[in-house]
Amino acid sequence: MTPKNRLDGGQIDRNTTLSFSFDGKQYTGHPGDTLASALLANNVRLMGRSFKYHRPRGPMTAGSEEPNAIVELRSGARQEPNTRATTAELFDGLAARSQNRWPSLKFDVMSINDRFSNFLTAGFYYKTFMWPAAFWEKLYEPIIRKAAGLGSLSMQADPDDYDKGFRHCDLLIVGAGPAGLSAALTAGRSGRQVIVADEDFRMGGRLNAETFEVADMAGADWAAQAVAELSAMPNVRLMPRTTVIGAFDHGIYGAVERISDHLPTPPTGKPRQILWRIYSGQTLLCAGATERPIAFNNNDRPGIMLAASVRAYVNRWAATPAQRVAIFTNNDDGHRTARDLHAKGVKVAAVIDTRADAPGAIDYEVLSGAQVVDTKGRLGVTFVELKLADGNSRTIECGALGVSGGWNPNVHLTCHQRGRPQWNGALAAFVPGGTLPPGMIVAGAANGAFSTHGALKSGADAARKALGLEGRAPELPQAEDAPVTQTPFWYVEGCSRAWLDQQNDVTVKDVKLSHQEGFRSVEHLKRYTTLGMATDQGKTSNMGGLAIMAELAGKAIPEVGTTVFRPPYTPTAIGVLAGRMRGTEFHPTRLTPSHYWAQERGAVFVEVGNWLRAQWFPLPGETHWRQSVDREVMATRASVGVCDCTTLGKIDVQGVDAAAFLNKLYCNGFAKLAVGKTRYGLMLREDGIAMDDGTAARLAEDHFVVTTTTANAGKVYQHMEFVRQCLMPDADVQLISTTEAWAQFAVAGPNSRRLLQKIVDPDVDISNDAFPFMACGNITVCGGLRARLFRISFSGELAFEIAVPARYGDALMRRLMAEGEEFDVTPYGTEALSVMRIEKGHAAGNELNGTTTALNLGMGRMVSRSKDSIGSKLSERPGLNEDDALMQVGLRPVSRDDKITAGGILMRADGPVDAAHSQGYVTSAAFSPTLGSMIGLGFLKDGGVRTGETLRLVSPLTDLTVEVEVEVVSPHFVDPEGERLRA
Amino acid sequence: MHDLSPITALGGSAARVETVGAVTLTERPDVALASVAARRGQAEACATALTRLLGAAAPAPGKSSAGDPFSAVWMGPGQWMLSADFTTHEDIAAMLKDALADMASITEQTDAWTCFDLTGQGAFAVLELLCNVNLTTFHAGNATRSTIHHLGCFVICTEPDTSVRIIGPRASAGSLHHAITTAMAAAL
Repeated sequence: MTPKNRLDGGQIDRNTTLSFSFDGKQYTGHPGDTLASALLANNVRLMGRSFKYHRPRGPMTAGSEEPNAIVELRSGARQEPNTRATTAELFDGLAARSQNRWPSLKFDVMSINDRFSNFLTAGFYYKTFMWPAAFWEKLYEPIIRKAAGLGSLSMQADPDDYDKGFRHCDLLIVGAGPAGLSAALTAGRSGRQVIVADEDFRMGGRLNAETFEVADMAGADWAAQAVAELSAMPNVRLMPRTTVIGAFDHGIYGAVERISDHLPTPPTGKPRQILWRIYSGQTLLCAGATERPIAFNNNDRPGIMLAASVRAYVNRWAATPAQRVAIFTNNDDGHRTARDLHAKGVKVAAVIDTRADAPGAIDYEVLSGAQVVDTKGRLGVTFVELKLADGNSRTIECGALGVSGGWNPNVHLTCHQRGRPQWNGALAAFVPGGTLPPGMIVAGAANGAFSTHGALKSGADAARKALGLEGRAPELPQAEDAPVTQTPFWYVEGCSRAWLDQQNDVTVKDVKLSHQEGFRSVEHLKRYTTLGMATDQGKTSNMGGLAIMAELAGKAIPEVGTTVFRPPYTPTAIGVLAGRMRGTEFHPTRLTPSHYWAQERGAVFVEVGNWLRAQWFPLPGETHWRQSVDREVMATRASVGVCDCTTLGKIDVQGVDAAAFLNKLYCNGFAKLAVGKTRYGLMLREDGIAMDDGTAARLAEDHFVVTTTTANAGKVYQHMEFVRQCLMPDADVQLISTTEAWAQFAVAGPNSRRLLQKIVDPDVDISNDAFPFMACGNITVCGGLRARLFRISFSGELAFEIAVPARYGDALMRRLMAEGEEFDVTPYGTEALSVMRIEKGHAAGNELNGTTTALNLGMGRMVSRSKDSIGSKLSERPGLNEDDALMQVGLRPVSRDDKITAGGILMRADGPVDAAHSQGYVTSAAFSPTLGSMIGLGFLKDGGVRTGETLRLVSPLTDLTVEVEVEVVSPHFVDPEGERLRA
Repeated sequence: MHDLSPITALGGSAARVETVGAVTLTERPDVALASVAARRGQAEACATALTRLLGAAAPAPGKSSAGDPFSAVWMGPGQWMLSADFTTHEDIAAMLKDALADMASITEQTDAWTCFDLTGQGAFAVLELLCNVNLTTFHAGNATRSTIHHLGCFVICTEPDTSVRIIGPRASAGSLHHAITTAMAAAL
């Protein structure tokens, strides 16, 4: 059965019937319908409750500017609040619900607010809920949020995916109405790269909503024909369902394409939406115009709509909001709606025209010089009350009222870079002006060209101008070119509860009140009354508010100015801003070459930057991480352990001046490092603070491999490039990262040499004489594979680091495990690595914390005075070299069972415990299985001469009541003489 | 001959191949890479020597050159990334060192990277979801550095819309592969 208010014609596919529900009730519609058009066709005008007073509301518009018909779509995790019924494309099975009402849309308890409207005026919250202050957060705000608020969140994770993408073009056309299509045809035929984006799912803009002809055919047909021609052009990309949300720097536009919103769920693998970043050479803004309402008492009842929106519903969607419709207008455009309604067989109750010289009509009554002063109807308009030209009153029965106060160009995107629109007195509207975003031209109704011919012509002209097209202008299709006159008429005199901003329940009276209370700036008016806020951003309300404000202040509208339009143009899902970067894909993950092997061994992984590193390798029966870590440490120190240290940065430094370059970079000397040797190096920042440490291995006269800490690999590389390009531009130095090219494993422990001797090829002598501590070299392993061997030690044991091309890392690790069986070889993770380096007193990220100097680190004498290196000069600053400067020390609890807390503060054995008396702090702490107690590294004032002193360790951040007695010891807990690593 | 078995960047013993619609993503562990950076004052000599090696001019900024056995991508002033077949040129760095001697610094880069070929009609539709490359002017022989999923990659066009090579950091091969395959599912 055809729904009651469904008319003939329209651009809907009647061959297919879609069923959908609204507040649980089933309805039908057709492809091409929006939720709002389908509901209107089904004689449903009431679609929501207002924000503050819970007044019944229906759709006011037929587009994205809609303030009222805000609904929740879908259910479960896909439930989306605050969706405009006027843009929601109908699909089979769509479930929509009204929001901000209880228990039902027709009977809403909170509509009691409406009765107390005298108290709930602008600024009500600010004035009322001031006392007692403590009540605001706990009591007032939750109640207000519950009572007001719009839709509700599912509180579940969004199950859909979103993408981001990049497109480039010579010309971006925003809007595919007559101006946009005309521009696209002109630009497309020139062969240039063109993108046309339109927020609607059907391109054509107002042409789809009007009845007048273009090139002797229906406007909608001409639009369809133009779209067909454009689709066939390989250089033109049409993007329907795509809202250009912002104009950003350098011709970059943000555009949200709704890929799957018109489907029940996105097809497998497809995103719900895509955020496109469009790089355009030039941009044509053809965003059209928005009709403006007139404010009068009770102008918000369901059925009261913008006149051109009524026309759109009737013409495009074959849906009338009622069987009997009246029109209230101050311009000729309102009469078009009456004509179209009449042509469709809808009864026109009357056209009420504020002008005394309104054009007449034969088919329906025109009341010149009349005004609508009030309306009636509980859940929808039933009567309008008029004040006639002669001063008499009259009541007219109607189920809908179309209101037209003229048109406002959609200037929003012209203002996204701080431009301000200019007042056009002839149109009584703001038009684009001032400084537009570079490369932007505005055409059509968005630029005040309101006739169809004007739009077609300005679109074509703008495209030619934007692309610099020469030659004769194209012939334009024949179209109406009715003169447009707009005179200001914002509200009906004497009204009080006349709604300006229907989304925020702001009345004419509220604007007057804010003026009365001293708010003079338009920005203050907005904040005080909330006019122009929320999802519609005042697209239908801003002008009315400004006009009234100007009138009260005795100013012209342009003197009052506008608030700032900011992106996004329409509400945008947070998900689409995130794109695919969420959950485990929030950032890329870097896997070490031995990752898959470690996974098989049951390793527990830890994120280190983007890297996943094995933290420890639990064995069956180990129930606590400490058991695993203690075992790994003890086994390594007793025999041999292997650890993947690929994550350390590796930078290849080559060139004749490579040594001079490193000499500049490191505070200690590198010029004389022999080929085949490795040296520990400390890099300082310009200000003398330690930046990073590592080793540099000299593989040839003109070839070094520099290692960095895992955390600073990128930063150090960047720093080195800066030094190369800016500080030493004439030096012969070439840099490239090889971090991921080589799988590098530390093989540590007294049996490390014996294990490696089974791996390296027979001709490689790694005896202590041939390959002593700090040796390095290119070798071969496992029968000829190129490899690099370094005799360096982080653990303090006899140790090597061996590197092979990354693809062989997995196999080498497995080989080391197999060949090491006879030595009970043990893989160890980052925890054991850390324990062993603390036991050895080696500095790491905790000590190189951006505040410490070489002196603090106990490496003051490393800073060479015989050369110029980065940071060496400023490291001599007196402030960094005071007598009681912090020095790295070791710490042990006096009572061996006590805990040392990293981050703890060191205090003297007696005296006050406060910041002023701090003696230093703990940087690293671990349980040392070698020593059988916790140990720590820290920085202590004048720490070099305080060995043996007892201090108190406090940790105000964790527990102020706990004080631990600690003894200052050498930071080298294990093998302080370094005999093991030289063995 | 050594006896260590390699694994691909994605962790397999064989190259991973995924097809969605007409587009196929192929992991290419068989690509050997080495960077060539001209020594001071040697940029022109190096370019000339490369021209001999490549059988075509050393690529200019934003360009690549495909040849046999060597191909090259411009990487920076006086810097190129050369590639060749891994099976015959595993020692690509040593080979280039022989050819270029003291003209350039050569660094083995084979396993610093993972290489993917994206082929088939619609490859550009996938690419536009991944990186900010102007595909309207991305012709055969064009190459650029761009980020894909936060990863710095080489993107090389071998045939517009049907053949693209993506070279990204090896350790993140899984993330890069995930990004490309999800984009394939989304775009195709």
